[in-house]
Amino acid sequence: MADMPRPDSTIDAREVLSESDIARALKRIAHEVLEQSRGADDLVILGIPTRGVELARRLAALITEIEGREVLAGSLDVTMYRDDLRAQPTRAAQETQIPGGGVDGLVVVLVDDVLYSGRTVRAALDALADYGRPRAVRLAVLVDRGHRELPIRADHVGKNLPTSHSERVSVRLRGYDDEADSVTISGGAR
Amino acid sequence: MSAPEPRAARHLLSVADLDAAAVRRILDTAVEMQEVQRRQVKKIPTLRGRTVINLFFEDSTRTRSSFEIAGKWMSADTINITGKGSSTSKGESLRDTALTIAAMGVDAIVMRHGASGAAHQVARWLDELGTGTSVVNAGDGTHEHPTQALLDAYTVERRLGSLDGRHVAIVGDVTHSRVFRSNLLSLAMLGAQVTVVAPPTLMPSGASAWAERDGFTLSHDLDAVLAGEVAGGVPDVLMMLRVQRERMSGGYFPTPREYTIGYGLTRDRLAAFTAASPHGVICHPGPMNRGLEIAADAADAASSLVLDQVSAGVAVRMSVLYHLLASEEGASA
Repeated sequence: MADMPRPDSTIDAREVLSESDIARALKRIAHEVLEQSRGADDLVILGIPTRGVELARRLAALITEIEGREVLAGSLDVTMYRDDLRAQPTRAAQETQIPGGGVDGLVVVLVDDVLYSGRTVRAALDALADYGRPRAVRLAVLVDRGHRELPIRADHVGKNLPTSHSERVSVRLRGYDDEADSVTISGGAR
Repeated sequence: MSAPEPRAARHLLSVADLDAAAVRRILDTAVEMQEVQRRQVKKIPTLRGRTVINLFFEDSTRTRSSFEIAGKWMSADTINITGKGSSTSKGESLRDTALTIAAMGVDAIVMRHGASGAAHQVARWLDELGTGTSVVNAGDGTHEHPTQALLDAYTVERRLGSLDGRHVAIVGDVTHSRVFRSNLLSLAMLGAQVTVVAPPTLMPSGASAWAERDGFTLSHDLDAVLAGEVAGGVPDVLMMLRVQRERMSGGYFPTPREYTIGYGLTRDRLAAFTAASPHGVICHPGPMNRGLEIAADAADAASSLVLDQVSAGVAVRMSVLYHLLASEEGASA
């Protein structure tokens, strides 16, 4: 999940992806997903709350448009599967909505906005296993900022963004944030 | 951060330990917890390695089993201890029993006791010793039963959308009802308007001053309330309370039949309520005295939420255990 905005985050923020960059990246990812799965059969796109859900919805719409047949999007909440529950204040659970009710035998594309430590994806894989046995699971992210703490990599990446730990990456999406789409980076050593 | 952690994060002794935002958080998380209830494999790893003791000094079917199921579905280890069959029957004091359990290193004690304030007392003893054990009040005498009020609110919201601006009539043995006391607090936080209906003998002393302070209406006439002849009009929700014969030493009403005629949700009253409030719903915390405070027709009516309440009980208790136990940092947004 992306970092929460801080009051100072706009001071030295620089935009790394604009609205049209994000649109192009998603379109490319849609084609990549179709190429890798050889079509839209048995495909389901699951976003990880919160912004991954909006990205999953857009990705499913793009794939539907390209293939001319409907590909469903849903959401997969990982709150109850996180490994940092003890160290964090509790958060309210978000909605999980699996279209069609199951994932058995399907190709599931997990979608998140920022890939960082990989711990959210680890939690998502555990959560997914409780819903059934997908034929394959792929990972699509808008931004990969590095610093993995687990052996996890994305299959589809909007933009690789080398960052330092002290920098903050924030994703804004129309339809979720009531602002134009953007990815900005702020903070870090000067 | 230097800001002190809210004390409410460790125990749930009263609905008053929560604010409106915390109630909202528990109810919202419960929606997602109910999703677990519909899965084939009902198990999430959230409370893995946590231990929850159900310490029940009074009989219970739904509260105890739903707390046990809630803990188990979240992978906590849950153990039941009842007053009968424990060292209490050998004369051990409540303090020693509580300290013994806490000394084993448990994370939470879910407690039901016949004495009002028992859960507060145990929480204070444990806090003094700094054991870090959470206490959840699962009913203390005639004082409070916070998780019941939360699941009542959850159930009604699922059916009616929101409690804000809704009119809730709470009917029956108000004097002995901890469910009533907890509901009064949570309903106020959620914006509902409340009318309390009871025979004069089962209305707590000082009720009129209480009603004036907390802004609810009192009535001794159930038929007038059902006809909408009080502030708030026809109720959206009828919350029937159990007549608690085990807490009565007699003299509260002449005969059970007379109680039913005055304050029972009879078949005729059900018809009147359904006609006046087509979307209206009926709640009862259980166990029901069918034929006394609620007729079988009303208990089994389409507008009855009695079984939805039981089903919600597991989800709401999962949410409560999650918010109390999952984090060592307390609750936040």
